Amino acid sequence: MTSLAVTYTKSLKRFQSVIALLVLCIVLGLLTDKFFTTANGLNVLRQVAVNACIATGMTLIVLTAGIDLSVGSVLALCGAITAGLLKNGLQFASLDLYVGFTIAGAIIAGVIVGGLLGLFNGFTITSFKVPPFVATLAMLTIARGFTMLYTAGHPISNLGDQFAYIGTGSLSGIPVPVWIAAAVVLLAVFITQKTKLGRYIYAIGGNETAAKLSGIRINRVKLIVYSMGAAFAAIGGIIVTSRLDSAQPNAGISYELDAIAAVVIGGTSLSGGKGSVWGTVIGAVIIGVLNNGLVLLNVSPFWQQVVKGAVILLAVIIDKAGEKNE
Amino acid sequence: MLAAKNISKKFSGVIALANINLELHPGKVNAIIGENGAGKSTLMKIFSGVHTQYEGEIIYNNQLVKFSNTKEAEQAGIAIIHQELNLVPYLSVAENIFLGREITNAFGILDRKQMNERTKHLLSRLNLNVNPDTRIAELKVGQQQLVEIARALYSNASVIIMDEPTSAISDKEVDNLFTIINQLKSEGKTIVYISHKLKELFTIADRFVVLRDGSTIDSGDMHTISHDQLIHKMTGRKLTIERTGITLTVAEELLAVKNISLRHPVLRETKILDTISFTLHKGEILGLYGLMGAGRTELMETIFGLHPKNASGEICVSKIVRRIQSPADAIDAGIALVPEDRKLQGLILNQSVKSNISITVLQKLQQWGLMLSSRKEKKLIDHFINKLSIKTSSGNNAAENLSGGNQQKIVLAKWLATNPKILLLDEPTRGVDIGAKAEIYKLMKSLATEGMGIIMVSSELPEILAVSDRVLVMCEGELTANIPIEKTTESEILKYAIHKN
Repeated sequence: MTSLAVTYTKSLKRFQSVIALLVLCIVLGLLTDKFFTTANGLNVLRQVAVNACIATGMTLIVLTAGIDLSVGSVLALCGAITAGLLKNGLQFASLDLYVGFTIAGAIIAGVIVGGLLGLFNGFTITSFKVPPFVATLAMLTIARGFTMLYTAGHPISNLGDQFAYIGTGSLSGIPVPVWIAAAVVLLAVFITQKTKLGRYIYAIGGNETAAKLSGIRINRVKLIVYSMGAAFAAIGGIIVTSRLDSAQPNAGISYELDAIAAVVIGGTSLSGGKGSVWGTVIGAVIIGVLNNGLVLLNVSPFWQQVVKGAVILLAVIIDKAGEKNE
Repeated sequence: MLAAKNISKKFSGVIALANINLELHPGKVNAIIGENGAGKSTLMKIFSGVHTQYEGEIIYNNQLVKFSNTKEAEQAGIAIIHQELNLVPYLSVAENIFLGREITNAFGILDRKQMNERTKHLLSRLNLNVNPDTRIAELKVGQQQLVEIARALYSNASVIIMDEPTSAISDKEVDNLFTIINQLKSEGKTIVYISHKLKELFTIADRFVVLRDGSTIDSGDMHTISHDQLIHKMTGRKLTIERTGITLTVAEELLAVKNISLRHPVLRETKILDTISFTLHKGEILGLYGLMGAGRTELMETIFGLHPKNASGEICVSKIVRRIQSPADAIDAGIALVPEDRKLQGLILNQSVKSNISITVLQKLQQWGLMLSSRKEKKLIDHFINKLSIKTSSGNNAAENLSGGNQQKIVLAKWLATNPKILLLDEPTRGVDIGAKAEIYKLMKSLATEGMGIIMVSSELPEILAVSDRVLVMCEGELTANIPIEKTTESEILKYAIHKN
């Protein structure tokens, strides 16, 4: 191959998920009239926002060659805590004390709880050498159990119009969840591309031994990364709760799968060290567009699942094929 | 007979083998001799079906053969016993020997009894008295090696390639291995023997082939050539390093290691390092010599804080006691370690030269305490690419695209960037070509002149003699000698390396 062709295929590979997204959009645009409308576009973005938040955190974790299966449960628990604090506050009957929460206070508390759950994941992974898959699988169950305990199995609803603005409102014509997701994404892009922490994340995923020998405090980086991943999931949980005006005990079930799918479709390697947050964003949008398109085309929900699975497989196969040619 | 005709092999443009021609004779021990990177293992990988893309022909029993995988080579009767043994530690001896070719009964159930019987028979041929049910992990390295040979015998191999078979076994085990090699030889097997230990080759080998820089230099009967002639053919050119005298008497102490011991992480009674003490002065290069398993690497790792749980003893840097519990602590104390295996421990191969070098000093490359300054980083990278003359198209090139010597320079650069007082080098010239080797020696000398203290672990005695000011010798976890270089000889160092006092 000439060097020009090599450069060409390399840049092609780099943008293959963007190209796939464009092709998908064009095909859907040709098949339905409704796809290319502003309303539908904003709708897709609004739906993508939650997964984008979770998947962005997941990307940071996967880049260190880890994984977090607990994000769906963490999302539910943190959403429920935010809703609960907002509605009922904290009551300490024995002390005859009641602490009320503003919207901001409740949100911050929810995100902090998320961060702590992630910190616990990181703690079991680094201190007891529990494989991330197992540690976060355990957290998946634990956090879901606490959600059930906290909500007693019932939704916490009627949280007020102001809180509902987070999930349903718009700012400058763009849905608020999209702004939030954008902020999360930009923060993660900044971290991965411009900071020491970002370099460390890639280094650990690329070669943990070499990273350790380079003086990187591996455990510290992992604690930060798992905390961030769970905090981002908590933010997703607050958006979901606000949009439904209700914290559902069953919220977020199997959300980890969509998040991992977005990461993988976006070209991040599950073995770590390779990939990007931008790729994940494209991956999340591809999944969102696909969901939306299949609904617009009246495809049965059963078939939708089959198609989504096939797309994930295809994305990874194309990615691997590209690697072999190099 | 196994022969190579005009074999050439390139790895992404780099020539590994150039027109290799050689013949390996049945009923003989054929020694393949050459320095690191001469092409020995590449050639063996072609013979054993690991590398399938090459130019030229392999003639085996008067037929042209081309193996498309290792299984085909094995079926044809070519077995290779790698330096890192290919056994599954938690399976039994018998299970390992029959791995991938298990004997089953009519229902497809494993026939343990028959496999154990046959294993017993094979092991008795090799004078190895162990139960076929013993797990490999419980055997000594020498015994594991015999199990590998048993595997080869079971597959009815007529060519047995042994890659550095004595690198990790005791003298007694070597004697036993040689008896078995002689026995195999008398059965008409072709033995291909790769080793750096020339003395050993004169004992066991019948024929020799010398490889250098991927070409065959010479071949013939072992008794027609002398030790010195062989060395000359291997190296081709003599490497001369100018020795610069350093006045050590006035130099201040940089590092003092006091009574360092290291316990085995599992076998708590075993000591990997046993009360080791020495000092390193400003501007001094200490050579650290020992055979494989002597504990050299472990000593470097312990000083660098990699064994906080099992190590004991005291480390003083510039006369101040330092608590070194992690590499980060070691770096803070001014210590740097260039590890033994640059691909596994030194580099992040798929990442850029730039990221690899700056990883140790990102703290210093920050601006506003928050984000990395690409300007500062570029300055640092350009400085080291120039200083060490790293051959790369740019700092953004992935480390894996560079040659061994240039990769080693990246690892050196990332450590020099930390401005260490003490530089630990573990086999710094392994797998590095001769040109880069000379550059690394020169760099070490100039760093020492600037006042750095250097400890260099090496398995190559000539290298130790040429570069160090003082030599430390280790044997089985103990420090057996600490002598100024001008007062010692190659054979004296070896003596200390082989025998404990």
